[in-house]
This record gives sequence, C-alpha cells and structure tokens, in this order.
Amino acid sequence: MAVPSGTLTNPSQPVKAAPWKDPNAKAYVQIDRVTKSFGDFKAVDDVSLKIYKGEIFCLLGASGCGKTTLLRMLGGFETPSSGKIYIDGEDMTGVPPYERPVNMMFQSYALFPHMNVEQNVAFGLRQDRVAKAEIKDRVATMLDLVKLTDFAKRKPHQLSGGQRQRVALARALVKRPKLLLLDEPLGALDKKLREHTQFELISIQDKLGVTFVVVTHDQEEAMTLASRIGVMNHGEIVQAGTPSEIYEFPSSKFVADFVGSVNIFEGKLIEDEPEFVRIGSEELGGTIYVSHGISAAPEATVWAAVRPEKVFMSTAPPEGTDNVVRGSVQDIAYLGDLSIYLVKLPTGKIVRVTQPNTSRHAEAITWDQQVYLSWDSTSPVVVTR
Amino acid sequence: MRRTPWSQRFGLNGRGLVVLLPYLWLLLFFVVPFVIVLKISFADIALAIPPYTSLFQWDDQKVLSIKLNFNNYAFLFTNELYFKALLNSLKVALISTLFCILIGYPMSYGIARAKPATRNLLLLLVILPFWTSLLLRVYAWIGLLKANGVINNILMALGLIHEPLAMLYTPFAMYVGIVYSYLPFFILPLYANLEKMDWQLLEAAEDLGCRPWQAFYKITLPLSRNGILAGSMLVFIPAVGEFVIPALLGGPNALMIGRILWDEFFSNRAWPVASAVAILLLLLLVPFMMWYQSIQARESAGAK
Repeated sequence: MAVPSGTLTNPSQPVKAAPWKDPNAKAYVQIDRVTKSFGDFKAVDDVSLKIYKGEIFCLLGASGCGKTTLLRMLGGFETPSSGKIYIDGEDMTGVPPYERPVNMMFQSYALFPHMNVEQNVAFGLRQDRVAKAEIKDRVATMLDLVKLTDFAKRKPHQLSGGQRQRVALARALVKRPKLLLLDEPLGALDKKLREHTQFELISIQDKLGVTFVVVTHDQEEAMTLASRIGVMNHGEIVQAGTPSEIYEFPSSKFVADFVGSVNIFEGKLIEDEPEFVRIGSEELGGTIYVSHGISAAPEATVWAAVRPEKVFMSTAPPEGTDNVVRGSVQDIAYLGDLSIYLVKLPTGKIVRVTQPNTSRHAEAITWDQQVYLSWDSTSPVVVTR
Repeated sequence: MRRTPWSQRFGLNGRGLVVLLPYLWLLLFFVVPFVIVLKISFADIALAIPPYTSLFQWDDQKVLSIKLNFNNYAFLFTNELYFKALLNSLKVALISTLFCILIGYPMSYGIARAKPATRNLLLLLVILPFWTSLLLRVYAWIGLLKANGVINNILMALGLIHEPLAMLYTPFAMYVGIVYSYLPFFILPLYANLEKMDWQLLEAAEDLGCRPWQAFYKITLPLSRNGILAGSMLVFIPAVGEFVIPALLGGPNALMIGRILWDEFFSNRAWPVASAVAILLLLLLVPFMMWYQSIQARESAGAK
C-alpha cells in the first residue's frame, strides 16, 4: 500500500539553517543535468544539484565514482559533455579556471616549490594586480588565520604535512572566492591531525562564510564537515541530505551500506498497513516489525537495514516475538570505547552489534555464548532498492 | 691459515675497487695527456721528432735545468687572430646554444607531457642519431645542403627558386650542423628535469588567475631553470672547441678556435703554440664546467 513519504520524519538534530528545505531559496551553485563522458565511460551521469550559500557540501563516494570529475567541472578544469553549471546565477559554460570566482585546494596541495609560504599565498592576489599594501594586509590576515605567521619565509619543503595543508587553504581562501573546492582536503594527514583539522576547517568556514564543496571518500570526514552530503555511485548522486538524514534514512541499500556499517535483511512484506509493516525474512529467520508505513508494491522484495548500535544484546529473552532473534557470539572486537560483536544466527547470517563499554569491568558476554538480539520497531530502515 | 687478499691489505674492499678503476682510467687517459700538453705548451718549436724542445736538461755538472718558455702564450696575446677566433668560437657556441634552447625546449616539453608509451618512442627518436657516427651525419648534411643537393633540388622542382641557394660552406650550414648535432644533449637533461614536474602546479596557477602562458612563465620556466642551464652547458662547452662541423660545413672562413688548433698542430707543426691554445681554451671553459657541476649538485639535492 502506498504511503506518502512524508511519514518518514526527519532527524530532530538542530540544523542552523536549512535553505534546501525552503522551496523559494535561491541556489548559489546550481548543477543542471551535467554529464561528463570520457569516450564510452560516463564519469558523471546526469547530475543535478543545488548548493546554497554558506554550505559545506560533501561529495562522498568510493574512488572512481565521479566525485572528483564533478569537482573539476566546478573548477573549470573539465568541461561538461552536456548540462550547465551556474555559480551565483552566472552560467559558467566556457569560463576558464582563471576567470571563475572559484578556488580549489588540490589533493596534493600543489604548492609552488620555488616560492615561500608568503609568496604562495600572495600569488593569486598578485595575479589579479591587487595593490601591494593590500596584498600584504590580506596575506598577513590569512596567515594569522591559519596560524602560519611564523612560517611566512619557509619554502613548502620545509613544512610538515599539516602546515602545507594550511598554506594550500590560505592560498585558496585569500582570493575570497565565491566557492571553495576542496579535493580530499585531509587525505594526506594522519588520524589525530585530521580530526583537529576538521574542526579548524569548520571554524574557518564559519568565520569567512565561504561556500565549500568538499570531495572525500572518508565518510567520517564527510559526517563531521558537511552541512549536507551527496553520496555518489557510478557517476550519479544516489542521495543528498544532511549527515543524519543520510545515516538514519538511507534511501537505498547502497547508501545504507556505504555510510557506516549496517545489517541488511532481505525479506517480503507480509503485512502492509499505513501505520506499520511486518516483514518476513528468511535470512533473519523471523519477522521484522516496523512502526511506520512504507511505499512498496505488495509481495515486493524489500530490505530492512538495522544499524549495529541499534541492536540490543541480552542473555535473557526479551519480551515479544517481533524483532527478536537468537544467535551465538562468533567474534568480539574490543575497541576501548565500544566493542563490536559478530553474532551468528541459526540461518548462518552474521549480525554486527556494537555496544558501548559503559562499565570498566568486562561484560559477561563472551565467545560462543547464546544471546538474544532485539531492536526497537523504529530502528529498521526499509528500502526497496 | 687463510691469506688476506692483496686488495684488503691495501685497505681496499669491493666498493673501493669499483670506484678506483675509473679513477685510474681518468688519471691515465685524462690527467697524463693533460700534463703532456701543458709541458709542450712551455716548450720551443724544434725541427725534430717530436717537433719541440725538452723542458728538462741535465748538463755536465749534473745540474737539472728547467727551461719554461712563455713565448707561446705571449704570442697568443700579441697576435689578434687567436683572440678573434676565440671570440668567434664563443659567439658561435652561444648562438648555437640559444637555438638549441628555442628548438629543444618545446621538444622536451612535448615529450614530458606525452603519454608514457609515446614518451619512450619520442625519446628513442631523440637518441637514435647516436647510432650513426657524427662524421657520417655531418657528411649527410653536405648532401642535403650542397648546390645540387636534396634541399636545392626540391626547392627548384617546386619552382620556389630558380638558382640553387648557396647554403653549404656558409655560417648558416655551420649553425645547422652544430644545432643538429648537439640538440639531443640539450633535450635529455631538460627532459629529465621536466619529467619530474608536478603538472598539477599549472592547474593551481590557472586556478589562482594565470592564463596558460602566464602559468608557463611563472611556474614551469623557473622550475625547469636547472634543466635549461644543464642542457645549455652540455651544448656550449663542447661547441666552443668544435672542430669537425665548422671544418666540413662552415667553409674556409669559419674562424673557430678548434680549427686554429688543428692548423697550428698539423699544418704549421707548431705543437707548442697549439698546446698553449688548448690550455687557454681549457682555462676559459673551467668556470662553465664548474657552474654545470654546481647545477647538477643542486638538481640532485632538490630531488631528495
């Protein structure tokens, strides 16, 4: 039975402003049915996207999904085979990179090795023939912002990875672009530094109000940085939404699986009511009760996705028969803050469960133990593709 | 008891030997001949075999007298022929180097930016002429440039000219020969430099507001400076002393220091003067060689 998709409530997490929800909001960057083909291969396939002023929009996808090609088209380094790109209302077709109000931070940073930090940052302004005094001012302000004032006279090869990343950022931002493109901005940094830099990047973006488009394959990076994420696969945007929308309301198996880890059970609708559905799943060896309606054809194959942290594990049988299944613990990975349990069901399916380690004393659950797994009726996401 | 190998008794291991052998070779075939030339340059001309006097003489009282004759050098400075020839050689080498830069830079750039598979083929084509002797290649140019040569015949057949152009035995022919012969020496070091270039830097420059030619001027050119200098030195240094090409293609008026040297040595049998010319030429080129060395050192330091 068909049910309007509006019954799926959006996450309650506060969002500063959500222009994408306002049908009258003007898109700052509009990508209109853009396709890019290399021979027979469609790197970007009929992508339409609206990005709003002040957003950090992340293009997330595996390598080869077309995210970098899309970014390079925004920068003017590739021309769309068809479709148009508008930035602040202006058609960018045929506008070369050096005339676009856009700057890019390259994955390799692409700092000029024969120039020092100051000269690198000033390069774009010199090119625009900005007055000398103003260049000096703006470069100094920018170096202060990225905390590199003491390194102004160093050459790029005398800097650490994190410092180089900040020079690249300063060099791209000093021209006050309407749009800043970042290609895997944190890819070359180690984990600790990456986390720190993520927050720094957000605070800089907040301060300057520049619109960011970030390309990344790292979902964690996308989650922390983005106001919205566009998940890409095979040249298409398969879903665009806020990080929590993407995580909690994935629109397809692919998105559910790509963003975070998930348990997916294949099944058939056995009861289909406006307020609930019941799914029979052979894989699970039981039924899944979902407390909201979905839109799918009767008897259609559907998939119920349950996040590992939303699965409860207990040694005593929980109440009810829906959303409960027995299994034995196959493997335990202790990560400190939480533990991952792999539980094998009688059907052979392995279910992933994460539990926070709230007590300092080891939990009683151990290898080969029989456990009950259960979840809330609001937890499963039912997708039809 | 095991005997220590003789090499170890001299403090030599395998690595030392590998390094020592080329040095012995250089000592034998470079330093010794150089000392001989230096010695001859201080001798006097003589009707003898070999045609110069000895520097060392034992007289009756067992006294070693050494006679150093500086007249050869003085002669070079008083006779303006040598000065002119040297100046002309420098001019010819400089102009040839400039042409090598103008022709070789686009070629190196093109090779470095070609697809890897094409790149190897293009490099092979640059190196291919080395499979034939230089002399043969220069003779081939005679066949191309002479009055009833290939080029003139084609131009006349096309009706572009009615009389053959006088190309052979002109400065033009000499420059063609030198530039042609030395071009690979310019292309290869520059290619090695450009091949290391990060082409994304050009995109970054364009992103920051450079037109493609500005990006080339501000990024590619300064970054390939060492490659240009290294290639230029490899052309300039040997071109100054070039003898074969001016002699074969340049005609009798090509006043080059290399030809003067040849004439002094073989025609005039003035070995001491010829040796003095050789020594002066060497002294002149030493600064350029040292410059080249420092560029090379900088290149390999930068690569690290």
